[in-house]
Amino acid sequence: MTASIDIRQVTKRFGSLTVLDELSLAIPANEFVVFLGPSGCGKSTLLRMIAGLESVDSGEILINGERIDDQPPGQRGVAMVFQSYALYPHMTVRENMAFGLKNISVERSVIDARIAEAARMLEIGHLLDRKPGQLSGGQRQRVAIGRAVVKEPKAFLFDEPLSNLDAALRTRTRIELAQLHQRLKSTMIFVTHDQIEAMTLADRIVVMNNRKIEQIGAPMEIYNRPATRFVAGFVGAPAMNFLPVKIRAEGGLVTAATDAGLSIKTAIPSEGLAAGDYELGLRSEHVRITQPAGDAAEGVVDVLERLGERTLVYVRLSDGHQIVGSDSGDSRVAVGDRVGLAFEAAKAHLFDASGRAWHGGEGGHG
Amino acid sequence: MADAVNGTVRRAKSVDIYASQWRNFLFVAPYLFIFVAFLVFPLFWGIWLSFHKADTFSSGPFIGFGNYARLFRDGIFLQSIWNTFYFVFLTVPALALIGLFLALCLNRQTRSAAVLRTLFFSSSVLSVTIVTLIWRIVYIPDMGLLSMIYGFFGAKAPAFLSDPDIAMIGIAIATIWWCIGLPMMLFLSALQQIPQDIYEAAALDNANRWQTLRSITLPSIKRTFVLVVIIQIVFQFQLFGQAFLMTKGGPNNLTKPIVLYIYNTAFQRWDIGLGAAASEILFLLILVAAMAQFLLTRRKADA
Repeated sequence: MTASIDIRQVTKRFGSLTVLDELSLAIPANEFVVFLGPSGCGKSTLLRMIAGLESVDSGEILINGERIDDQPPGQRGVAMVFQSYALYPHMTVRENMAFGLKNISVERSVIDARIAEAARMLEIGHLLDRKPGQLSGGQRQRVAIGRAVVKEPKAFLFDEPLSNLDAALRTRTRIELAQLHQRLKSTMIFVTHDQIEAMTLADRIVVMNNRKIEQIGAPMEIYNRPATRFVAGFVGAPAMNFLPVKIRAEGGLVTAATDAGLSIKTAIPSEGLAAGDYELGLRSEHVRITQPAGDAAEGVVDVLERLGERTLVYVRLSDGHQIVGSDSGDSRVAVGDRVGLAFEAAKAHLFDASGRAWHGGEGGHG
Repeated sequence: MADAVNGTVRRAKSVDIYASQWRNFLFVAPYLFIFVAFLVFPLFWGIWLSFHKADTFSSGPFIGFGNYARLFRDGIFLQSIWNTFYFVFLTVPALALIGLFLALCLNRQTRSAAVLRTLFFSSSVLSVTIVTLIWRIVYIPDMGLLSMIYGFFGAKAPAFLSDPDIAMIGIAIATIWWCIGLPMMLFLSALQQIPQDIYEAAALDNANRWQTLRSITLPSIKRTFVLVVIIQIVFQFQLFGQAFLMTKGGPNNLTKPIVLYIYNTAFQRWDIGLGAAASEILFLLILVAAMAQFLLTRRKADA
């Protein structure tokens, strides 16, 4: 089963504090959507409102065109996987999975068949008669997913389900979730603050911050054309470099210059840009380490992070700003060295004082 | 080279902060002294006394199981055992169930729930003297609260203190009123330890209130239920003050519990050997009841 989900101008307040402000979002059937944002941005609250665990103060939520925000959680036809798994501790794995079906009087044979199928799919057949206390974190995670799968819900809701797993298991479970989505072809909403989970799992990412949606888009679109400075800074590791610049037009394109005399000729059309203070954004992979050439584009290495396939180099410029550049994995740069920086200027982004982003390349202003 | 070897040898002995040290004993010594002097020693002295013909002036000759034989020929003692069991049967299930019911009703974050929790618990801080005084005022014939309420409807109140059929029930009601605070608090603390997210999972699993209570709440507080029952069995077996102050064991010894029998025997008739023997019987009864409960429920909980 699958379903489209429509969120229309939804507002949520806790007392005088507004958590979500007139938020709208349409999720087509079968889509894997990730709500991404920092702690406290309201992403979990939005998910819990879809589940029915939080009330909606104004606005509506529709599943398959039918309004559900006035229905109790159980009748909305959604299943949720909790961060802490929320398995019933005194029930066996089998009873955990059967509970939701028994409550709506599904036939015993149907329940058994669905549990067998889910157990086969998630490889938890040998755990069915154990209790949650006898399972490892990863096994509990699978059982929690299994409990959602057997309900054959219209949509799956995941509330940071990977954050209690260790790093290796998290990577594996991530891949399995992607496979699960391909196999079940069901609508899935996944809440996380981990941008790697968002990038790898999502059909579309919804980046949320401070009561509202910052940007909705496919992972690479979010990465390459962030709509705001917040999105640019939040998505991508290490975070994008930002430099305060003054801009001028040169041949229809923007040239950005720092106070220290560093000048970068971008691919951003200058048309429509007002004069004023801007910030230039460049990802570390677009800043390469070179021999110092005696111009403004050089500095002293502060810190090195060797990731194996590449080396992140934190360079302190003469004006005190730090820029993260990248070098090859076997880079011979050492802390304290004087290095030059080569900017891939065509990949630069510009952010105005309100945080709005301007990009080069096709499509012009984003 | 030799220095290096010596160095390693010397360094091999590291500090183990968990190693037992004799001076640690000093920390438990004060309690241990009190425990031995006022609990262990009297326990064994009591057992020793129960095998002797003892009174206040001398511990008398050894008479084996003579005191125990006398006890089981004493109709009043047998009556007091029966009375005690009857009292435990009246109070323990009621305390556990009413305590659970109150906890379920009052487990919420409202001001009225907080006020009611305090009210229901407040009776527990009263001494038995005050409790019995209050309930004597309720029960007293013709002028008591109960008489007034029954009188308002033109009926005659049951004589809770003098009717042989219901005197023990009267004591049980007063006891439940007095003791309900602790079970309620234990259940409340157990309820508050149930993680909220499994209730949310149950809501998404379409569980109604009854299914949630039966499948989530009650299994989660099973251990506390056992604890409450054991505590109350041990406690209610030791009934003394209420019976002594409300009915003096009457009418016709029908509300005389074992402890009151012990008191009468040892400290009014000064037959200390017999009193000690009766005490050992009570000790065994409580031990057996508590162990039986414990073993029974532990086996079920593990299954």
